[in-house]
Amino acid sequence: MDDLFTLFIQVVFVENLALSFFLGMCTFLAVSKKVETAIGLGAAVIVVQALTVPINNMIFQYLLKPDALEWAGITGVNLEFLGLISYIGVSAALVQILEMTLDKFFPALYHALGIFLPLITVNCAILGGTLFVVRRDYDFVQSVVYGVGSGLGWALAIVLLAGLREKLKYSDVPDGLQGLGITFITVGLMSMAFMLFGGIQL
Amino acid sequence: MRALRRLLDNLHPLFAKGGRLENLYAVYEMVDTLFFSPADRTRVAPHVRDGVDLKRVMTAVVFAAMPAAVFGIWNVGFQANSAIQALSLAGPDDWRGLVLTVLSVGYNPASLWDNMWYGMVYFLPIYAVTLAAGGFWEVVFAAVRNHEVNEGFLVTSLLFALILPPAIPLWQVALGISFGVVLGKEVFGGTGKNFLNPALTGRAFLFFAYPAQISGDAVWTAVDGFSGATPLAVGTSGGMAAIAASDVSWMDAFVGVIQGDLGSTSALLCILGGLILIFFRIASWRIILGVFLGMVATSLLFNFFGTNYTPMASMPWYWHLVVGGFAFGMMFMATDPVSASMSNTGRWIYGALIGALTVIIRVANPAFPEGIMLAILFANLVAPLIDYGVVKANISRRRRREGLA
Repeated sequence: MDDLFTLFIQVVFVENLALSFFLGMCTFLAVSKKVETAIGLGAAVIVVQALTVPINNMIFQYLLKPDALEWAGITGVNLEFLGLISYIGVSAALVQILEMTLDKFFPALYHALGIFLPLITVNCAILGGTLFVVRRDYDFVQSVVYGVGSGLGWALAIVLLAGLREKLKYSDVPDGLQGLGITFITVGLMSMAFMLFGGIQL
Repeated sequence: MRALRRLLDNLHPLFAKGGRLENLYAVYEMVDTLFFSPADRTRVAPHVRDGVDLKRVMTAVVFAAMPAAVFGIWNVGFQANSAIQALSLAGPDDWRGLVLTVLSVGYNPASLWDNMWYGMVYFLPIYAVTLAAGGFWEVVFAAVRNHEVNEGFLVTSLLFALILPPAIPLWQVALGISFGVVLGKEVFGGTGKNFLNPALTGRAFLFFAYPAQISGDAVWTAVDGFSGATPLAVGTSGGMAAIAASDVSWMDAFVGVIQGDLGSTSALLCILGGLILIFFRIASWRIILGVFLGMVATSLLFNFFGTNYTPMASMPWYWHLVVGGFAFGMMFMATDPVSASMSNTGRWIYGALIGALTVIIRVANPAFPEGIMLAILFANLVAPLIDYGVVKANISRRRRREGLA
């Protein structure tokens, strides 16, 4: 239990996908102008991440890993080369379902997110989370914790960034740095402040 | 004073539009408004009539930090001279030692004179470099971007100098303040438009870039070959028992006769400075109280539930208050009005977040002995979001009151 809690803190703050691995940057920078939209996208990423990471991990553990098919009586098969395409397939399917759900029940959010919702499919934060879990050979419970935690960390980062950018609307940024330039600097400073959690032991 | 006014008036055409030094108008304006109130008057409504403008606010902060700074200078000398006497070491063998020899200053820790001079030869170069390097960027940005030199720099430079270890290399001082001023403030448009505290940004940059010169045991006393842990570091490794075993009493730590940053060791004088700021309504008492209560609550939690967790967990709140830079950060850094939350409810939350995070880092993060610096930077990130939440909650409360939702 303690280990899982440590893993959770670790993945939300220390190994924050956005601020320490800089994954999922395109969406991170593009949909962080308003807090409300950022919260919506953050929630979407949490949902997708919490589902894809455990599912992909199970696919890896029970189908793709070398000798994973032993339960079906097949040995000596290594399907790892199918990894990337299966993981992307799973997240694409989940995003489709999420998209339909949002369109039906939260049309405002659906329109605010626009193209970036389908783009979650190819968001490297999603794929990155899966690949980290697979590489580290987590079990099922760990992968659930990792999925929820990494999604939450990414959502936290984008909501914080959106808050800052709403404040920075009143700033007087030099012409050459307007827009993305200052956002990159902001994100850099954010990840410096996030280093406060580096080395934390709970 | 009148002669000065005349001098400035005579110089004015030189700097005014079309003058030869037009580009340096910002410097002229800075000197002028430092001594005199500005000549420009608002001519149309709305008016705010108050003698206290941003420049006076900043000057007040500088005055409030003075007691801690002067004491810090003495303390640098006292710690160093004590070490020199106890271990019969030599004084500094660089130009600092030369200055002390020329002035025929001794190394006696009991002498106020010796201690002050020793502190001076360490503090003044650091402060001068801070002013020169940071001031350079201020003037460059002011001249190129055609705005005034930011008043905030007076405060930033002093506070930055006060939170550095005395023996830090001077080129690092220049690098740190440059990072703080340029990336922490000027790229966003100057004072009031940044979201991180510039002084802390500079220090955090140095902390991560050159940890050897700004953390550990060897940097806190300005004597070569002497290494002594700060009470905070002693507590991190050995807990309260180790602090009790070292000959630092609570009173020492409260008054500030301990090793640490240049000007932030004395909790007593930091609190005094903070009270001055509260009295003049410059610092928000809500933030200060929030930091304090957050710290007390979190350390009590650790005291009761997690004492065998790390050695530091058993440290009571009144020790947390006096060791490290807590008091200084609470009074001078957390209350920076630009980077803190703006709403009153938000200030409570913002403060409590800083207090709680500080203790959590001190207790649960052995990588960093001191937590308040990073806790404040992190809270700076969260501050706009806190305000956002407070505003949203307010809107929905009013809607409910009017029966709209």
